[in-house]
Parts: sequence; C-alpha cells; structure tokens
Amino acid sequence: MAGNREFFNRKLHSLLGVIPVGVFLIQHLVVNHFATRGEEAFNSASHFMESLPFRYFLEIFIIFLPLLYHAIYGLYIAFTAKNNTTKYGYFRNWMFYLQRITGVVTLIFVVWHVWETRIAAALGADVNYQMMADILANPFMLVFYIVGVLSAIFHFANGLWSFMVSWGITVSPRSQVISTYVTLGVFVALSIVGIRAIFAFV
Amino acid sequence: MSEAAVKSKTVLFSVTRQDSPDSAPYQEEFEVEYRPNMNVISALMEIRRNPVNTKGEHTTPINWDMNCLEEVCGACSMIINGKPRQSCTALIDQLEQPIRLEPMRTFPVVRDLQVDRSRMFDSLKKVKAWIPIDGTYDLGPGPRMPEKKRQWAYELSKCMTCGVCLEACPNVNSKSDFIGPAPVSQVRLFNSHPTGEMNKAERLEELMGDGGLANCGNSQNCVQSCPKGIPLTTSIAALNRDTTLQSFKNFFGSDRV
Repeated sequence: MAGNREFFNRKLHSLLGVIPVGVFLIQHLVVNHFATRGEEAFNSASHFMESLPFRYFLEIFIIFLPLLYHAIYGLYIAFTAKNNTTKYGYFRNWMFYLQRITGVVTLIFVVWHVWETRIAAALGADVNYQMMADILANPFMLVFYIVGVLSAIFHFANGLWSFMVSWGITVSPRSQVISTYVTLGVFVALSIVGIRAIFAFV
Repeated sequence: MSEAAVKSKTVLFSVTRQDSPDSAPYQEEFEVEYRPNMNVISALMEIRRNPVNTKGEHTTPINWDMNCLEEVCGACSMIINGKPRQSCTALIDQLEQPIRLEPMRTFPVVRDLQVDRSRMFDSLKKVKAWIPIDGTYDLGPGPRMPEKKRQWAYELSKCMTCGVCLEACPNVNSKSDFIGPAPVSQVRLFNSHPTGEMNKAERLEELMGDGGLANCGNSQNCVQSCPKGIPLTTSIAALNRDTTLQSFKNFFGSDRV
C-alpha cells in the first residue's frame, strides 16, 4: 500500500467524506432541527451535544481532522480538473462540476461558520438559540447560510453517489441510475431538514 | 442532406492550424465544392489537392492523421464542430457549416490536426494490456472462456485507442497525470480473459499507482463520447471494485496474487 500513496489518499478522501464527515453533517442537521420545536428544545439539544464526554477528542478526531483532510485534498482535486460542461453538457458532467463548486462554497461557509460559532465559543461566547437568531437576523447572513447549507447537503448527497462508484459498490449502469435517484432523495430530504431549521431561527 | 449545402454547392471549413508543435495556432478558412456522400477526410483531401484558402491565398496543405477510413483504427480523431470524433465517419451532410476542425489538444499537436497519441500506447504498455503466453515450451491449450463473457468482452475489445475519451475527460489535462478511461477498460478486457486473469494483480497494481484509476472523478463524459459505445464507466466502476479488493488483499492478506 505504501507504493500507492495517491490511490490511498483518494480512497481515504472519498471515505472520509461519508464517514465521519457526512454522518456528522446529518447529525448536525438533525440537532439543528430541534429549533423548530422552540428555543428551549434547541438549547437543551445543543447543550447535550456540548456536554458529551470526551468532547475534544470527538471534535478533533470525528470532525476537525477528517474535515481538514477532506477539504485540503478536495481543493487539490477540484483545481486539477479542467471543467468542460459547455462542450459536454451531460448530466453527470454537470454533477462533476457542481460537486467541485459546492465543495469550494461549502469550505468557505464551514470556515466562516466554525469561526463564528465554535471559535467564538472557545473565546467565551455562548452558542445557543439566541446567537443563531442574531446571526440570521441579517438578511445577507440568512442567504449565506441557506446557500452554505444547501451546498454542503448537495456535496454530501452527490458525494455519496460517487463514493459508491469509487469504492466499486455500484458497478452496473442501472445501479448507478438508481443510486442517482436515491441520493437525489437524500438531497431533498436533508435540504428540508436544513432549511426548516434555518427558518426556525428567523 | 442540408439545404444550404445543396444550394451553395460548396462546403465551408474553418480549420485550426498550427505549423509546428511549439508555434501558435491560427484559423484558416477553406471552401470546397460539394459532392454527395462527402466526409471530412474526403474534403480535406480535396483541399490538399488545391490548398487555397477563402481569401484566395495559396497555403500549405492541411496535415492530419488517417489510416483505415472505416472507424476502426482511431487515427483520424479530431474535434469536429466542438466534439471529438473520427473524421472518416463525419459525413458532411450531417454537419452544420462552417465545419470547425480542431486538433485534440489533450495530446501534443504535431502539426495542424495531427496529434501525438503516444501517451495512450505507453499506458497500454504500463498496464500490460496483453496476455503473456510465450514460453520455452508448448504451454498447451488455455482455459476456455464462457460464451456469455466472450460476448461482453468483445465489446471492450473494440477500443481503437482513438483518444476521444481522454479528450472528453475533465481530469485528463496538463495539470493531472490521470491515465484516462481507455487503458482502464483494457485492463478489464485482459483481466476477464481466462489466461489473462493469471496476471490480474499485476495490471491492478499498475492502475493503483500514481496517475491511476483513483483519479477518475466520475464525470462520465467518456462513456457518452466513445465512438464505439464501449461501457467505459462500467469498466471503471468494475475496476474500482477490483482495485479496492486488491488493496485489502495487499494489506490484510498474505498471498500476493
């Protein structure tokens, strides 16, 4: 395996996008959804997450390190592509292009979001319902959050599709078509969860 | 037959030309008298007979590659009206005018429309796209191949190394050393052969090296563009599975087969 560094890096990149980063994304969106049940429900849910044992260990190894690897290697992948959707306007080629665009948008959003919430928390701010309500009261930030969340969900759903191809799970054209529909469903379902949560703060 | 071609009785070409591998490309237009059943190559031959551009200037004949003239050799690939394809089967009647001809720039341009596809042949050597049967004595008959398998393997054998799939792939470019779809599919062809299967791991190892299969970004342009309709993305996904299993074998297993 040592001789196949690139092979290992690519496969790892694909895997980390789903486990743990994708799983974390779903968990995060689900916890956010508590906001639809009111301020108190959201605060107690986020407090529960905050007070999980081994919090720093979990954050570093389940979230930050995999995310950092996926982001940095992903940028390298995105910028080695020469996108050609104008010449080849096929559905999958557009998905390929959108995967790269949403990856970069998601990275910008996540960096800002981590700065605004997690780093702010480390510096003493209280991360709670009120904080999000204050952020989302700004219409620009509201749009930024909607775009960021939808980008992240698209990137995850479409990434799930290509994960299944890259690991050799969906080989036949038919299985790839079906998984396109399934991951489209994942995108729609998670988008509803994500958008509902955002508007619960507004 | 398009009406414009019949009325004007001429065919207009806009050709991207380049005098040497390092010189700057330029456009030149040519007008050729229309003949029924004309294809791009017969038109290029017509221009070669009398290399005068639309400005009336005498110029050098256009350089291009060709060989079989029946879409089995892959040599005459070029970009015709924005799409890479073989010029021998590009019928004038089915093309919008002016017909734009460009070289496939994914490959080094030798001159005009002629490109150097050496990298593809090097890739075939790299992935050992053959079946080693030579020995110092008669090895006897090999294992038989099931007819069903032969049928789909035959589809893979139609690859003519034309370069269209590499041209269409967004991950094959000067910034990346991705081997491209064609040689990947050839690995599947030779790995599916009952005798070729004996060297399966060697070919997979090559695909797992730098610039190998893992560089595929699943844009699936290759399968849409292949003039032979080869199921390239199925080959890619099948080999994704094979290389994944091979990597597990290499790491966890003990026998290096």
